[in-house]
Amino acid sequence: MKLITAVLREDAVDDVQIALARQGISGMTVTEVTGYAHQRGHTEVYRGEEFTISFITKIRLDILAKDADADTIVQTICTAGRSGSIGDGKVWIQPVEDVVRIRTGEHGESAI
Amino acid sequence: MTFHEINTGDTAWVLISAALVLLMTPALAFFYGGMVRSKSVLNMMMMSFVTIGIVGVLWVTYGFSMAFGNSIGGVLGNPAQFFGLANVLGAEVGTVPAVVFVGFQAAFAIIAVALISGAVDARMKFSAWCVFVVAWASLVYFPAAHWVFAFDGAVAERGGFIANTIQAFDFAGGTAIHINAGAAALALAIVLGPRVGFGKVPMRPHNLTLVMLGAGLLWFGWFGFNAGSALGANELAGLAWVNTLAAPAAAMLAWLVTERVRDGHATSLGAASGVVAGLVAITPAAAVVTPLGAIAIGVLAGVGCSMALSLKYRFGYDDSLDVVGVHLVGGLIGTLAIGLFADASLTGSLDTAGLLAGGGLTQLGRQALGAGVVLIYSFLVTWLIAQALKRTMGLRVPMAAEAHGIDLGEHAETGYDLSKAQYSSYNVGKTLWLPNDTSKDENTEVSA
Repeated sequence: MKLITAVLREDAVDDVQIALARQGISGMTVTEVTGYAHQRGHTEVYRGEEFTISFITKIRLDILAKDADADTIVQTICTAGRSGSIGDGKVWIQPVEDVVRIRTGEHGESAI
Repeated sequence: MTFHEINTGDTAWVLISAALVLLMTPALAFFYGGMVRSKSVLNMMMMSFVTIGIVGVLWVTYGFSMAFGNSIGGVLGNPAQFFGLANVLGAEVGTVPAVVFVGFQAAFAIIAVALISGAVDARMKFSAWCVFVVAWASLVYFPAAHWVFAFDGAVAERGGFIANTIQAFDFAGGTAIHINAGAAALALAIVLGPRVGFGKVPMRPHNLTLVMLGAGLLWFGWFGFNAGSALGANELAGLAWVNTLAAPAAAMLAWLVTERVRDGHATSLGAASGVVAGLVAITPAAAVVTPLGAIAIGVLAGVGCSMALSLKYRFGYDDSLDVVGVHLVGGLIGTLAIGLFADASLTGSLDTAGLLAGGGLTQLGRQALGAGVVLIYSFLVTWLIAQALKRTMGLRVPMAAEAHGIDLGEHAETGYDLSKAQYSSYNVGKTLWLPNDTSKDENTEVSA
């Protein structure tokens, strides 16, 4: 099992979610996050005072996947979430030892 | 008090105006509260609210008497004459009952003190603020209100020296309220010192929609402030009302244009600030300038105040929400502009008309003298009060409490709980439901 985490543009989330749903991937955890990498922040002006805001709002997806689905999910996110300019974000994959569905107590891939 | 027939129309208007002016202090709480960071919004709003409590009590005990009692040398009203509002019932001021005038002026005293709170965001002990309110109202506002608002024969036989001897025009409080509060804010901010991180870390407004709500309510209340100061339901009130529309309208536009040229954007905070700057500037002048003069004053205030804001960074004092830039500078612009634009048909003679309205330099000199006296007195006495508090009870919250947020440190509250997560802690002994109590389990099925 894998944990796939993606940090995306705010406006890419709908496209990614729809594309994943078409691939039969249902289920994700969505978090609003903030941070920075290569993309520059923006400036805001309050009463003539300029602020440079380097933290940029992004959306983080966490998806638990069966081993066989992991590549498809990553490919789908990269295709649907790509605009081609700096700030498209990143996807990374981690191995997962076990998953338990709280309601039934199922373990492993059947819990996904 | 000279005898006049009580006029019910006038009385009704002043009563309504008093309520309008009282609304300005909660409005100020919103205006200021939205401009601070979310961790100090409650403290900022509480400084305005508690001022209503404190000054409300002071005013009816000795405040009104200090401001409007028979003058001791033009400097101070006799605090014993109307102590506890003795000798007020049955008397009248102009064509309204004296007790109605007491209520109207009470709301002025409250907002004058509350204005200062904008300079001390996020770092002043709440207890120190409360003591400061008592001291400042007693030693600075009540005397200044006496100088400016107490005309000979209006309430007591003898009034204050700015109104009667210097004869500066201040219709609704450009000197007594705005220059006064602005100079006090400067002194208090200097003694208090800047917020941790001032000028280094960004401190942006946390909720500009509250700021715009506050500015709108301030404008609404200000019609009572200015038009109510006519103390009658008459043409003078109407003129003040129209000027209270025209000046802030022009000031908003002037502020937005200044910003657009200087910073590249017309901002909502700029629109709200421009409105308040225009309101401040027209306050002393509302009854002595024509609506075209009001527009000129509004433009001067919009440009002048928006340019004055950068002063605090140049000089390094943390007047957090620009009480100096808006109220001191706006009050000075309005008070001095009377000396330029005051219309002879409204002031009663060419001698008292403004320089650009056919008069001479006489009235401009009177305006400058009145403004200067209040500015210097307010700055010095506020500085002394602040130093005295700093050396006795202390002015500032501990640095750790400031970093963590003054709302939690001083009030044990949080302004916003927007989290859907429930509290994970409970207070054993006070809680109604301990974790092993299963009676409240709801067994709700939630699909994953």
